[in-house]
Amino acid sequence: MTTFRKGGVHPEENKLAKDCKIEIMPLTKKAVVFVSQHIGAPATCVVQKDDKVKVGTLLSKAEAFICANVHSPYSGTVTKVDVATDFNGFKKPAIYIDVEGDEWEDGIDTSEAIVKEIKLDSKQIIDRMKDRGIVGLGGAAFPTNVKYMIPEGKKAEFLLINGVECEPYLTSDNRIMIENTEEIFIGIEIMKKALNMNNAIIGIEKNKPEAIRIMTEMSKNYSGTKVVPLEMKYPQGAEKQLINALTGREVPSGKLPIEVGCVVDNVATALAIYYAVQKNRPLIDNVLTFTGKSVTNQKNLLVRVGTPLQEIIDYCGGLPSDTGKLISGGPMMGKAIMDTSAPTVKTTSSILVMSEKEAKRNPQTACIRCGKCVSACPMGLEPLLLATLCEQKRWEEAEKECVMDCIECGCCLFTCPANRPLLDLIRVGKNQVGAIRRARSQK
Amino acid sequence: MALLTVSGSPHVHSTMTTQKIMWGVVIALLPAFLVAIYFFGIPALMVTLVSVASCMFFEWLIGKYLLKTPNTVTDGSAVITGMLLAFNLPSSVPLWMVIIGALVAMGVGKMTFGGLGKNPFNPALVGRVFMFLSFPTAVALSEWPMPNPLFASSVTDALTGSTTLSLIAHGGELPPISDLLLGATGGSFGEISAIAILLGGIYMLCRKIITWHIPVAFLGSALIFAGILWLIDPTQFVNPLYHLLAGGMMLGAVFMATDMVTSPVTHKGQLIFGAGCGILTIIFRCFGPMPEGVSFAILIMNAVTPLINKFVKTDKFGYKK
Repeated sequence: MTTFRKGGVHPEENKLAKDCKIEIMPLTKKAVVFVSQHIGAPATCVVQKDDKVKVGTLLSKAEAFICANVHSPYSGTVTKVDVATDFNGFKKPAIYIDVEGDEWEDGIDTSEAIVKEIKLDSKQIIDRMKDRGIVGLGGAAFPTNVKYMIPEGKKAEFLLINGVECEPYLTSDNRIMIENTEEIFIGIEIMKKALNMNNAIIGIEKNKPEAIRIMTEMSKNYSGTKVVPLEMKYPQGAEKQLINALTGREVPSGKLPIEVGCVVDNVATALAIYYAVQKNRPLIDNVLTFTGKSVTNQKNLLVRVGTPLQEIIDYCGGLPSDTGKLISGGPMMGKAIMDTSAPTVKTTSSILVMSEKEAKRNPQTACIRCGKCVSACPMGLEPLLLATLCEQKRWEEAEKECVMDCIECGCCLFTCPANRPLLDLIRVGKNQVGAIRRARSQK
Repeated sequence: MALLTVSGSPHVHSTMTTQKIMWGVVIALLPAFLVAIYFFGIPALMVTLVSVASCMFFEWLIGKYLLKTPNTVTDGSAVITGMLLAFNLPSSVPLWMVIIGALVAMGVGKMTFGGLGKNPFNPALVGRVFMFLSFPTAVALSEWPMPNPLFASSVTDALTGSTTLSLIAHGGELPPISDLLLGATGGSFGEISAIAILLGGIYMLCRKIITWHIPVAFLGSALIFAGILWLIDPTQFVNPLYHLLAGGMMLGAVFMATDMVTSPVTHKGQLIFGAGCGILTIIFRCFGPMPEGVSFAILIMNAVTPLINKFVKTDKFGYKK
C-alpha cells in the first residue's frame, strides 16, 4: 500500500460527519471580510464606507507578486473599513458589510449547469486564478496562480491532487469529492492545461471508500487522471509527505515542490479553479465541517466567507454545555478559536467542538527518552533533542539540528507518553532561529 | 458559557502514557515471575516482594525527604527495578541483602541523578553489580540452588549445583537445550526460562512498548560472535545456542538493555547499542575471569549511550543526496 517513508502516527479518525450532505448556510446579515486572506504580501482595500457592493465585487486588490484578491461574498453596503479580531485574537484590517439581498456581479455564471469545455489557454487560466482570488485551500492559503508560474529551468512532471484529508474529524474534502466529482475533474483538466501536462494523480486515504469509488469511476472519463488510494497515516496530506507517498521523491530541505517537479493542490482548490475558470466565479465560499464527539448535529455546510463563527454555531444548534475548546481546522494542526465573533476566511475548513475533558492536556511527566517522538517525526528530526535545545535557548544548536525543517504536524506531541510540550517548544525555536536567519541575511 | 481553552496544536493525544508503558513492562515480566515461583517456590516470591517493596519505599523516601519532588512511586518504574533486581539474584539470598541492594539501585542508580528519566545506568543492574561485588558468597555463587518444581512428585536429588554458565566456563556436562528454554535449570531465578522471557518480549513488542532493534541486535551479534568462536575451535568454545539461552542473556536483551532511559533514541543507535552489548557479553564470558558478563556489558553500553545519541543521527527528510 502506498504511503510516505518516514514516521507518522495514526490518531483516532472520528470522521463523524462523513455521510452528512453539504447544506447551504443561510446568508448572514452583517458580514466581516478580512482584507487579506492568504500568505504573502497584504492586499490593498479598494472599497470605502457607504460603497454598494455586489457578490463578486473586488474588495481588496493584490498588488504584490505573492498576493491574492478578495471579492465580496455578499451584496449590500460597506458600513466601515476598520479592524476586526480573527479567531486567533489578532486584529486585522477588515471590511464590514451590511447584507442586502443576494445580487451578483454581471459575468458570473450562477447556474448549476456543468461546463466541460475549457476555452481559456494556459496563460489566461493562470491570470483568471489570480483575478478570482484563488488560494490553496489545503490550509496554507498560498496564492494558487504563483504555483502555476513555473520558474525558469524547472519543469512540472507531476500534478498531484490532494484528497487525503488525513486530519481526524474533517470531512469537507470527502463530501466535495462525492458531491462535486465532475467539477473537480474538470478543475483538474484546467490545471493540466495551465501546466501543459497530460497526467494527474489524485491521492485519497483508504478511510474514504465512497469518495475513492466515485472518483475512480469518474476518472474513467478523464484520461490521464488516476486515483491512488493511500494507507491511513497522518500527516499524509502534508505537501512533502504526499509528494513522497505518490512519487517517492523528497523535496529538499527549504525548497518548494517544483524542485522535484511537482505541483500539488487540494481537491477543494481544484473545485475553486473550476468555478473561477468555467463560471468566472471568485472564491467566496467554502465547505466547512461542524463536528465533535459531543455534537449531536454534525454538519457539512457551504458557508460564504465572512460569516461570523457564532452564527454558524447557532445555526447548528449551539454548543454542547460541556464545550471546553473550539478548533478551526483538524485536531492535529488546527488552531484553537478564542473568539467566536470572528468571521470565517477562505480556508476555514471546520469548527471542531471538544469537550472540557478533551480540551485539557494531561500533566507533564519526566522524559524517559523512549524515542517515540523520533520514530513518529515524518521529517526525521529528533523532537526530544530539539525541545531541550529550545528550552535552554540554544538556538544555534537547534538550527544545526534542523529545527527549521519541522512542519509542525504535531506527531511528536501526540505520541509523547510523558506529555512534554515538544511542539510548543520547537515553535519557539523556529521563531527565534527564523529571526536569527533574517538578521544574518540583512548583514 | 465558560471560557474556552486556547492552546497550541495538536489538540488530541495518543492514549499511551509513561505509566502505561511501565506497568506494561511489569505485566511482561509476569511469565518469568511465574516460572520462577514454579521452580524455586516461596523463596523466589519472597525475594521479589522484598525487592519491589524496598525499591518503592526508597524511591518514595528519597523523593520526599531529599529531592523534595512530587511522588512518582505509582508510575511503575520502581516496581520494574525491584522485579529486575530480584530476577538477577539466587533464591537463597538473605533478604537483608536484597534491601541493601534495592537501596543502592534506587539511591545510587536512580535518585542520585534526579529520578526517572535522568539516570545514565540501568538502576537494577547497578544494584545487582553492587551486590555481586559486595556479597560474593551470597550472590556470586559457585553452587546455585537447583530448580525444584512446586508440584513435583519427587524431590530432586540435588538442591544445589552449578549453573550452565559455570559449566561452560569450567567444563562439565551441559544440560539439554530444552531445560534452558523451559527454565529447569539452576541460576538467578528470573533468568531461567527463555520461553517465559520471550513471551514477555513479544507482549511488549505488540503493545509497542519496545521495538525489535535492541533485542535482535543483542542476541544476533552474540549468536554470530559466539558462533564464529565455536567454528574456529569447537573444543574450547560451546555451541552458541547455550550462550543465548543460559544465564542473563535473554533477560538482559529483552528487559535490561531495552530500558528506554539508558538506551539510544534512534533505531540506528539502538542497533549499535544492542550489538555492543552482545559482543561484550561474549568477550566477558569467553575470555573474562567470570562465567557471566551480561550486567557489565549492558552497563558499559549504558555509558556509551550519550555518545551514540550525539553521533548517530536519524536520516532526515529532504537531505537525500
